[in-house]
Amino acid sequence: MITVNNLTKKYSGTTVLNIDSLEIPKGQSFGLVGNNGAGKTTFFSLLLDLIRPTTGAIENNQIKVSESEAWKPYTAAFIDESFLIGYLTPEEYFYFIGELRGQNKADVDSFLAPFEDFFNGEILGGKKYLRDLSKGNQKKAGIVASFIGNPEVIILDEPFANLDPTTQIRLKRLIKELADGNDVTILISSHDLMHVTEVCERVVVLDKGEMVKDIQTSTETLQELETYFTR
Amino acid sequence: MLKQFISLQWKSFFRSASLSSNLFFKILTIFFALYLIAMFTLLGGGIYFILEEKVQKDPLLIINQFLIFYLFIDLVFKYMMQKMPVVNIKPLLYLPFSKSKIVHFSLWKTILSFFNFIHYFFFIPFAVVLIIEGYPPGHVIGWTMGALALIYCNNFINVFLNDVDAVFYSFLGALVILFGLHYYQIFDVTVYTAPIFDALFNQPYLVIIPILLMISMYILAFRYFKNILYLDGGLQQKQQEAKTESFDWLNRFGGISVFLKNDLKLIKRNKRSRTAVIMSLVFIFYGMLFFTGAVEAYEGPVWRIFAGLFVTGGFLFTFGQYVPSWDSSYYQLMMSQNIMYRDYLNAKWWLIVIATILTTLVASFYAYFGLEVYLAILVAAIYNVGVNSHMVLWGGAYVKTPIDLTSNKKAFGDKQAFNVKTLLLTIPKLLLPMALYAVGHYTIGPMLGYALVTLAGLLGFAFKEKVFDIIEKVYKTEKYKTIAAYKQKN
Repeated sequence: MITVNNLTKKYSGTTVLNIDSLEIPKGQSFGLVGNNGAGKTTFFSLLLDLIRPTTGAIENNQIKVSESEAWKPYTAAFIDESFLIGYLTPEEYFYFIGELRGQNKADVDSFLAPFEDFFNGEILGGKKYLRDLSKGNQKKAGIVASFIGNPEVIILDEPFANLDPTTQIRLKRLIKELADGNDVTILISSHDLMHVTEVCERVVVLDKGEMVKDIQTSTETLQELETYFTR
Repeated sequence: MLKQFISLQWKSFFRSASLSSNLFFKILTIFFALYLIAMFTLLGGGIYFILEEKVQKDPLLIINQFLIFYLFIDLVFKYMMQKMPVVNIKPLLYLPFSKSKIVHFSLWKTILSFFNFIHYFFFIPFAVVLIIEGYPPGHVIGWTMGALALIYCNNFINVFLNDVDAVFYSFLGALVILFGLHYYQIFDVTVYTAPIFDALFNQPYLVIIPILLMISMYILAFRYFKNILYLDGGLQQKQQEAKTESFDWLNRFGGISVFLKNDLKLIKRNKRSRTAVIMSLVFIFYGMLFFTGAVEAYEGPVWRIFAGLFVTGGFLFTFGQYVPSWDSSYYQLMMSQNIMYRDYLNAKWWLIVIATILTTLVASFYAYFGLEVYLAILVAAIYNVGVNSHMVLWGGAYVKTPIDLTSNKKAFGDKQAFNVKTLLLTIPKLLLPMALYAVGHYTIGPMLGYALVTLAGLLGFAFKEKVFDIIEKVYKTEKYKTIAAYKQKN
């Protein structure tokens, strides 16, 4: 689904990302870990064509993301608050995203119904705009919005950060369901090694922009990662 | 401690994103400031002689009569244009700075603002002329100091006003009513205020009153500001009660309706965009200055087109100019969603067109001033829709200043809804139609002038798709730069 070739990103001479080749097959749940500055968000921004690669290219379903925009209809992402429209209520935001993805109001309503637990009564029907919600609730709204319209590729940057423990557990279940069910490719970055090994079939470790580990998740993966990061 | 504050301020100014990316605008702004300084100096030096020749009364008495309006207008301008300089207060709160120091520093910084400074260029030349003309120097100095002290009173009053919109708008309303009553000679407020300023001149020791007033305003502003210096006080974002709205009636616009709905919510729910709309309403009445003959310099026939463009184009200039910056806070979302630039632009274009048509309808009352005036308004509206609507969208594609929609994030939100840059970008859009009209007017007559401007408007309309192609390309080539610029807030 995602093919990376000779991808580098440099900022005034410093290489912040350098991936020779990476292939993420359709339907895989892919985890990205690494310390601050490892290049996780840079990689996701490149994948969404929000920044331009210095060399190389990323293909999303055989479409070069920097050349065509045809990848947009089946790709969804939540990177940070700049993916939220602050002056909308959560409902309005979901309808807006839904309309862009060809879903009418009724579709979005029936899509949202199963998320009642996840929202914990704090998102829908409240009298608050997104900008006035707490960081955790903003994140919940953003993550759920990225699931609207059956996207084939979902990109979530640090989805577990800022969430309360109950929601973290619910989110893990949601992601697993998505990964098990249809052919959705999910890309997740996280600082929480336990969460990543739990929900991802494959974990890649980035260090200063280089891919240093590429592991198919097994029972030993968490141990292996912990050993790696204990330096 | 002061040294640290100043160094923080210095860094925040020179490291701001806008300084490096918009050097061109900075330079233009500086030229504009120099122009204003020159105008104020000329006015200050010359007004004595102008008044002496025209009115044959003591010029000082006339100045005293209108000083109250001068002060009021200064306050309105300060409110609209002066950015409240704030050291980023939140991170300082828990550091070992005393709160009083933080507040004192923030207030002292406003004193150095250009909006106070500019008045010296009016009052000092005026005072020099007075002394040369034989007015007693002691009295002149007392009067000048008093007037400047009142300007500083305004500065501190602005600190309160900046927080309470209701106060400001009732104040603005009162000013308009007072001025109107004065103009139509129903009630003359200057009868009551002029003697106060006359007394200030005649008994120069009275200067102590404005100075005391200034000091007490400072103390009030200080107390007010210090009191709200809490995270859940003035530093908190105000929350409005939200209501989900659907605007389903807009669905008839098809593909662009999703953006139109969003834009309506944007305008309705954000302080900054609401200010833009209110400004555009004020623009409707701007034409009164031209058509009532209130300002002599605006008598020439070409000015009619100028007035018409402003009357019908208020929304176009205050809102259109800033597309796509209105969407800056969630631009990354827009760029990764399934969005056609063409639909996005079209939605903004329709919004501008609808607003222009509405303002033109409201401006129908100008028909009272005669057919030619009304024609000028209609013709200018056509030009605005046909040419300027594309021009602002085109220009906007290069403007990369992120807009903080809520703008009351800090205790002193900056009200930049109406700033100098906007005015500067407006100039080329005005000169062409004025020139076209002049060509027609001075060869055959006003009707040819109107016909030429209309023709230009219709031609522009015909080239809409072409221009949109260009804007679309600009959006695409500038995309990465725009995203990067919008990421840097402030």
